Amino acid sequence: MGFDQYHEPPDELPAATRTFARLCASLTEEAEAIGWYEQRLAVETDPEALAVMSDAQGEEFKHFSMDLEFLLRRSPAWREIAQGVLFRPGDIVEHGEEAEAEALDGDSPDDDGPSAGGSQSLGIGSLKGASR
Amino acid sequence: MNHLLRSIAPISDANWKELDDEATERLVPALAARKLVDFSGPHGWEHSASSLGRTAPLTSAPCDGVTGMQRRVMPLVELRADFELSRSELRDADRGAFDADLEALDTAAHQIAVAENVAVFHGWPGAITGIEEASPHERIRLGEVADDYPQPVAGAVERLLHNGISGPYALALGGEQYQRVVETAEQGGYPLLEHLRKILEGPIIWAPGVKGAIVLSTRGEDFLFESGQDLALGYDSHDGEVVRLYLEESFSFRVATPEAAVALDP
Repeated sequence: MGFDQYHEPPDELPAATRTFARLCASLTEEAEAIGWYEQRLAVETDPEALAVMSDAQGEEFKHFSMDLEFLLRRSPAWREIAQGVLFRPGDIVEHGEEAEAEALDGDSPDDDGPSAGGSQSLGIGSLKGASR
Repeated sequence: MNHLLRSIAPISDANWKELDDEATERLVPALAARKLVDFSGPHGWEHSASSLGRTAPLTSAPCDGVTGMQRRVMPLVELRADFELSRSELRDADRGAFDADLEALDTAAHQIAVAENVAVFHGWPGAITGIEEASPHERIRLGEVADDYPQPVAGAVERLLHNGISGPYALALGGEQYQRVVETAEQGGYPLLEHLRKILEGPIIWAPGVKGAIVLSTRGEDFLFESGQDLALGYDSHDGEVVRLYLEESFSFRVATPEAAVALDP
């Protein structure tokens, strides 16, 4: 196996960056596998083979999701943008632009004044565990 | 722009930051309920109801051969505390004044924190069932002498244990009762606060708005505060002299285990 998931000399990369790159490579492989199974399922006619490959594709869905969650945990900005895009009904591109603006500019695209968090709240949330 | 309309207020970015910081500084010490109950969210301003996982029967159906039920939900409540600030004071703050008069904001922050505490601990008629009113336990008299507090607090803990409610336990004290506790050293000089902590094995919280005190378990999954819009500053209107702002939040609160708290009367 080669080491082409690294774009820069591996010796110069911190361990955390190498791990991040490995999971990015894994994410790519899982996405490719999902696409390949999708094509195979589209042309296969044997029901038993279809069941086996459908089960295998389910495994790739799981692997992809686990890789993605790992990467989002290690990249707060990515996570914040993903939270603005994933599992939300409506216009995907619009959500993406809004989420990117909030995460990277620290503000909404409408420039609604600075505040903690994209919702403009004070960001207080839970205080459980506070001493008094 | 969202419903808080902050971008059309005559308030600079630096002013907004100062107001947000001031509000947070005033709110956090007084928000007692959030220090003791489970918190979910914030789910956003558009979040209108909490799912209860329960249904209500319907007497009719669209046609023969089917039955129907209606899902029950708990609507969120909105709390809002309005206040005015002098535009001249805000301009001075922009010039670097350290002592801008933000007293109206401080007052509003305290009021909305007290309202949240009261709603959670005592209830809000027609909207929220509070911890104290849900508790099936007989109330225990706390009394007015702080030296006597360990006995009723220990009694409340024993009652929770007797009902299979594990700890750690917390004590939410009304403002007057909290002051008595921190001022009191028992015989021998041992602080009452430390004695109570040993009984509870959990925190003692200043809870402005609470009448008397409440002992409750903090093990989790007994009390749930569900936040829609978390506390935020919004803009209402302005004229040449003042800008009218408000603090606002939306939330619901549910008691899953009524037996997990005991009220102590003042």
